[in-house]
Amino acid sequence: MVTPSSTATADVERVAQRIRRRVFEHVMRNGGGYLSQACSSAELFATLYGRVMHLGPSQAPLEPVAFPGVPGPANPDYVSGGAYNGPRDPEFDRFIFSPAHYALVLYAALIEFGRLAPAALEAFNRDGSTVEMIGAEHSPGVETTTGSLAQAISQAGGIALGRRLKGEPGRVWVLMSDGEFQEGQVWEAVQALVHYRLDTVGVYADVNDQQCDGRMDDVMRVGSIGERLRAFGARVFDVDGHDVDALAAPAAMEPDGRPLFVLAHTDPTRGVPLLRERAPNLHYLRFSSDEERERYQHAFAAFDEEA
Amino acid sequence: MEIVNRPHVQNFIRWAADKPEVVVLSADLTNSCEVGAWRDTYPERFFSLGMAEQNMLGFAGGLAREGFEPFVHTFAVFIYRRPYDQLAMSIAYPNLPVRLMAFLPGITTPGGVTHQAIEDVAVMRATPNMTVLETGDATEVESVLDVAHAVDGPVYVRFLRGRVPRLFPRTEPMVLGQARVLHEGDDVTVLTAGITTEEALRAVPALADAGVHATHLHVSTHKPFDDPTVLAALRRAKRGVVTLENHTIVGGLGTAVAELMAEHAVGTPLVRLGLRDTYAHGASQAYLMREYGLDAMALVRAVERLTDTDTGLAEDDLAKVRVEEVHSLAKAEAL
Repeated sequence: MVTPSSTATADVERVAQRIRRRVFEHVMRNGGGYLSQACSSAELFATLYGRVMHLGPSQAPLEPVAFPGVPGPANPDYVSGGAYNGPRDPEFDRFIFSPAHYALVLYAALIEFGRLAPAALEAFNRDGSTVEMIGAEHSPGVETTTGSLAQAISQAGGIALGRRLKGEPGRVWVLMSDGEFQEGQVWEAVQALVHYRLDTVGVYADVNDQQCDGRMDDVMRVGSIGERLRAFGARVFDVDGHDVDALAAPAAMEPDGRPLFVLAHTDPTRGVPLLRERAPNLHYLRFSSDEERERYQHAFAAFDEEA
Repeated sequence: MEIVNRPHVQNFIRWAADKPEVVVLSADLTNSCEVGAWRDTYPERFFSLGMAEQNMLGFAGGLAREGFEPFVHTFAVFIYRRPYDQLAMSIAYPNLPVRLMAFLPGITTPGGVTHQAIEDVAVMRATPNMTVLETGDATEVESVLDVAHAVDGPVYVRFLRGRVPRLFPRTEPMVLGQARVLHEGDDVTVLTAGITTEEALRAVPALADAGVHATHLHVSTHKPFDDPTVLAALRRAKRGVVTLENHTIVGGLGTAVAELMAEHAVGTPLVRLGLRDTYAHGASQAYLMREYGLDAMALVRAVERLTDTDTGLAEDDLAKVRVEEVHSLAKAEAL
């Protein structure tokens, strides 16, 4: 298993490329899917699992269990998908995954880090499976239910506050997408994280300027997320989201009382330049013709040769 | 009748003393929700989250995941109406032990439509994993804490504050899923909850004096709604059933009773008294109860219609209505 801090930059980069490849392969096999999210966030996931997060070994089976039913008093054996990220010991970090439609990228990352069997993707979006397309807290690697976007950061704040009350040193890492910053709840959460000096919360945001309807600037402009966050009193780093060392550096700094935000500026076509033809319709890749599918199949073959 | 001034204030402080896992979250209505003294007693367990309820419910969910028992205190409308998605996804779906202390139920406030929670029971009943409680007097305000504390999952509580009557002895605390039988009779069955119980207590004895005998049940658990005492009382009614609720008649107590009657083939008429699919507006509780037909006289008239009786009862024949001052030291502001 690849463990944090022991992973060399070149290794993390290779893992990122394998995440991208695995998602691309799956998208081709399934006739479409969330590909641009893997293009933009592969280094983010690889760096979080390979460099940033201090996690223990997975507590969940490599082969995911079938859907165990929803949480409730009648379902006491419910197991959280967070178990894939290791035990909840005081010293370990916690991973809170916000943009749930990135689930395929998360599963691919878990596979590359030996926390999930490659065959798990066979169950992706299959009836009765936990390897869901959007995912909830039974899905591998998912601790909170965040498909309704912008709710993760508040839940992470509550978790961090609870851990502080218990004297636990572990940090709470949140992966977000930039579109979520259009939701008012995110700013409610940022002001609360700043107010309570919850500097154990670290947010990595995939700033790819894309959302469901297209480019963020066309759908609803938020301007500079970094400037807004700084105005709220957060500690902000704008970095190249494909540069592993730049991504990892802020996490290595001593917390200073402010919640940490690493804004990873990314290219949603990274590794698959053919996607640029579709811009700004990058949210979900669906082939409009056999011809288009064929061209992506060629792109995938070329990707394989590069990788 | 004993009137208790702000029963929650000291009771909650005492109750939480040996429960370090209990934390309070507040959204800028701390004194209005009677937890100002609690904050001063346990400052390390009190968290002001500001006017930002969506985030507050997320924080509550996160704290509950870490083993804490958050008691969210704010007005009901700012719990179930404004941040419903957060309530459903960050608290109810994961079945977390968050206690939602919902103040100003129904028309108990002159704050008008924005502050009156008139469909909260309907929304909370429809929310999976949610237990729904309503306090009707000082004893229930005090004992609902134990009831909520014992539930494995989220609990929504319609909470009373300020000057609260003590209708039930301290020795008879609220019990989950157990209605109180306050009067017995075979003609009709009357079910009330929250502040409407006090109204029925004015009407039912007068009806008995006039020859119409009611079984009167006070309901404090809206969900689960499977109390055999309730079903037995519904079956007992020869002429019909009346529900009286401080809520719209869609989705609340009246609907729960209708569902139970239909499922068990209880073939008798049902009259649902409450807000008739309408919003209310800002005015005193006594005025609104009369205006919208939630008071004792509305109950008398409904029973008369059901039983085809003219009791001759008028307002003066009933026990005097208890009118609360809008401006009172028992409330932080007139809301």
